[in-house]
Amino acid sequence: MIKPTIIVVGNGMVGYKFCEKLVSKSSGFNIIVFGEEPRQAYDRVHLSEYFNGKTAADLSMSTRSWYDKQGIMLHLGDPIQEINRTTKTVHSLLGITIQYDYLVLATGSSAFVPDIPGIEKDGVFVYRTIEDLELIKAYATNAKTGAVMGGGLLGLEAAKALIDLGIEDTHVIEFAPRLMPRQIDSAGSAMLQSKLKELGLNIHLNKSTSYIGGNHKAEALHFNDESVLPIDMLVISAGIRPRDEVAKLAGLQVGTRGGIVVNDKMQTSDECIFAIGECALYDGMIYGLVAPGYEMADIAVSQLTGGSKLFYSYDMSTKLKLIGVDVASFGDAFVTEPDCRTIVFEDTHKGIYKRINITTDGKYLLGGILIGDADAYNILLQTVNNKLVLPPNPEDLILGSRGGLETEGAGIMNLPDDALICSCEAVDKAAICSSVTNLGITDIDGMKKCTRAGTGCGGCVPLVKDLIAGTMKANGQYVKNVLCEHFDYSRQELFDLVKINNLKNYDLVLDHFGKGDGCETCKPAVASILSSLWNDVIVKQDTIQDSNDRFLANIQKGGTYSVVPRIPGGEITPDKLIVLGQVAKQYGLYTKITGGQRIDLFGAHLNDLPAIWEELIDAGFESGHAYGKALRTVKSCVGSTWCRFGLHDSVSFAIEIEDRYKGIRAPHKLKGGVSGCIRECAEAKSKDFGVIATEKGWNLYVCGNGGSKPQHAELFATDIDKETLVKYLDRFLMFYIKTAEPLSRTATWLNKMDGGLAYLKNVVINDSLGICAQLEEEMQALVNTYHCEWKEVIEDPALRKRFTHFVNAPREKDPTVQFEPMREQVKAKW
Amino acid sequence: METLIDNWVLACLVDDVPENGGACVKLGDEQIAVFNFTRRGEWFATQNLCPHKQQMVLSRGMIGSTGESCEPKVACPFHKNTFSLLSGQCLTNEELSIKTYGVRIEDGKVFISL
Ligand SMILES: Cc1cc2nc3c(=O)[nH]c(=O)nc-3n(C[C@H](O)[C@H](O)[C@H](O)COP(=O)(O)OP(=O)(O)OC[C@H]3O[C@@H](n4cnc5c(N)ncnc54)[C@H](O)[C@@H]3O)c2cc1C
Ligand code: SF4
Ligand code: SF4
Ligand code: FES
Repeated sequence: MIKPTIIVVGNGMVGYKFCEKLVSKSSGFNIIVFGEEPRQAYDRVHLSEYFNGKTAADLSMSTRSWYDKQGIMLHLGDPIQEINRTTKTVHSLLGITIQYDYLVLATGSSAFVPDIPGIEKDGVFVYRTIEDLELIKAYATNAKTGAVMGGGLLGLEAAKALIDLGIEDTHVIEFAPRLMPRQIDSAGSAMLQSKLKELGLNIHLNKSTSYIGGNHKAEALHFNDESVLPIDMLVISAGIRPRDEVAKLAGLQVGTRGGIVVNDKMQTSDECIFAIGECALYDGMIYGLVAPGYEMADIAVSQLTGGSKLFYSYDMSTKLKLIGVDVASFGDAFVTEPDCRTIVFEDTHKGIYKRINITTDGKYLLGGILIGDADAYNILLQTVNNKLVLPPNPEDLILGSRGGLETEGAGIMNLPDDALICSCEAVDKAAICSSVTNLGITDIDGMKKCTRAGTGCGGCVPLVKDLIAGTMKANGQYVKNVLCEHFDYSRQELFDLVKINNLKNYDLVLDHFGKGDGCETCKPAVASILSSLWNDVIVKQDTIQDSNDRFLANIQKGGTYSVVPRIPGGEITPDKLIVLGQVAKQYGLYTKITGGQRIDLFGAHLNDLPAIWEELIDAGFESGHAYGKALRTVKSCVGSTWCRFGLHDSVSFAIEIEDRYKGIRAPHKLKGGVSGCIRECAEAKSKDFGVIATEKGWNLYVCGNGGSKPQHAELFATDIDKETLVKYLDRFLMFYIKTAEPLSRTATWLNKMDGGLAYLKNVVINDSLGICAQLEEEMQALVNTYHCEWKEVIEDPALRKRFTHFVNAPREKDPTVQFEPMREQVKAKW
Repeated sequence: METLIDNWVLACLVDDVPENGGACVKLGDEQIAVFNFTRRGEWFATQNLCPHKQQMVLSRGMIGSTGESCEPKVACPFHKNTFSLLSGQCLTNEELSIKTYGVRIEDGKVFISL
């Protein structure tokens, strides 16, 4: 099949972006580009940096080889001169005639040059292309006085360029009574003007030029008011004119004041011809900024590739630095009372003017203007765009909070995930934050590479930086993560408070440090703290335990429970195996070997649990804490006792460790492993702590994880003896228990830790915080207070009584629980 | 069934239901979760079936409150969907809700209106 041909007229910023977006979406087109300029599309927005040492190559948006690689035929220095819509062909200056299926006009605009006598003289320039800048640069070497006609955004930028080129005496001539009349209000203009004057710029307002005097070259500006300004050169910046001449010639509809008329699909009056960027006139408006141009490119690509995106009016908010002065306007900058309320801050001493317009009910921000200090621009713009509800004192937004706690950064992190941060590249907040969290991006350059955010107009760069910092902070351990709506403390803070105040039950903790009635988040978190601190029998406070902890068993599908006795190190005698079999048979339980080298009995009715455990305990079993956020198992390989490779007795060590830490409650479950040699049959490196025998002793690894986010444990200490290893483990585990967030495994805890593994080693091995003695002591206290929870229950009739389904019919089991046979056993039916 | 007035049915004894927790009672063929919200000095009753995945477990859920108004709620132990104890509306999934029943305490006995 022959691919349809798309011809792109104009290789400026938007034309290029169109190609980029199109090839990323579809390879089903034959793309041909005609550009009038002699070089590939470059970053016109940062054109002035050409004077600050950037080369044309630096500004270029891509390379020739990119076009080649994408199979795009690029004709540079060859403008299209005629479009024949009947034959669907275009004709170029160099004589090429090609047929198109679709035509995309991205011809941009040119500087508007007013018809003033003398305008053709030497020394009169416009400011639009690299060639223009080269001419200006060459001419400026012999100039002492320069003027810019036009006090708008581009004019002031051109004036800055003249100053940079060494023209000390630079003038700005503005026809209107103030600067930047389209972007800022008169008070803002006045502030900007005085600020610019201070910086050495001469500003002439209310001046209309009648002619440019001089012999062949521009030598003086003659104004209507008879005054004269001698000059050596003049840059015209009196606005832009859309390049619609070819379109007009072809009979496409154009606006009375220029611009190719398009609909919301970016189609011109000929549906096979699209127009995008600064040449397009949408809804009576030319969008003279790059971001809306990119959006238009996106719409056109979507329409051509079967999508249905449409263009809506575009936000024209801008922030720039003009000759070192911040200038920003955003949202509805000009709305006035009574349609809104305005808050204005003016500081003529520092040259700062800020104005925000808020809804009459004070709830939402409509827009505003910032001169002299536009740091708040991004967050204010986001506040407008995302309709964030304003704080009670909206003036804080421009004054900064005085004495309050809120920081600006907090505002940024509050933005919704889909808040558009980089409008040029359509990157939202979620994309930026997740690049930080998941891809480890920590600086703006990495972010640009990864998401392209900040690569367009660059206006969002500060916001992106704040988001990177904010996300990193949010992921770090020093940021306050409050437990839930009932406790304004992080787990670590609450841990210390409970300890210092010697609080022993949930209600006391809630009374002292919380509010409300608690919830399913803080109850188990506090339960875990209480048990890590006091190691009391948890069922005595059963109603704050997660359901598994409440009934000391794992709730399963259908509402039955599973029973997992401890089998330390995975070593079990034949006699005990027989007991497990008998019990399973008697109570109709399904049996399966778990990943942690023990045996799980499934399908127990709540009512049967105490009886089942009674038999198990009689046979010498203990609770396996499979239901708890506690030590689960220490898996071991058979080691030197049987294995011909084994260096040391891994089973004995595993049993020793499991017995030491059994029953200890932690922020999340804990798993360990011990292997008898480097072959690692116990998979110890996938555990929270792993021990591997070496020729000289043992290696300790920490913070590994299996599960949904596998991560290998990191080498923590090498060739240490058993005593040292247990000492390090004591400290490590206790430090984790005390400082981790609720439900965070050791791997996550380490990943979020400032300073990472090096810091952890410092704390645990070098005692950098001076807490090791205390950690050891606390761990020893937990070890000393070990009890088998099930033993406590079966020996206490009151506790036992709680294991019923119906309180009013204790012997009756839940009739909705049903089983069906499977491979000679049963499974839950529901 | 011992009834108080007409439709008040004796469910269990006050002592049967743990403080700040729930228990399941059987009334006819129905399973009702009764909650003793000691902290608020209030009692609540709802269906025991969690409508999310049809599990008979709500009485084993943790109770608590949420929001400015301290709306009492219970969290299903399975997937932690929470339900208002006042209206039965699921607070985490708009489409779910549970039945709630009136509770009365008299002489250390818990009565439920069906
Ligand atoms: C100095 C300066 C500073 C700016 N600063 C900012 C800023 O801070 N923020 C912002 O958002 N925007 C800024 N802009 C505006 C921004 O550069 C434009 O909005 C953007 O370049 C428009 O892209 P475009 O592709 O539509 O037009 P252009 O970039 O102008 O590209 C159009 C291209 O088409 C070519 N062309 C025209 N006719 C034909 C033809 N018949 N055949 C072949 N080729 C043709 C032209 O030569 C040109 O190369 C600035 C502009 C300038 C000049
Ligand atoms: S890890 Fe080494 S010692 Fe242990 S079973 Fe495997 S080969 Fe043997
Ligand atoms: S992997 Fe999933 S399905 Fe399997 S036991 Fe774990 S939680 Fe259940
Ligand atoms: S079954 Fe109750 S939340 Fe899923």
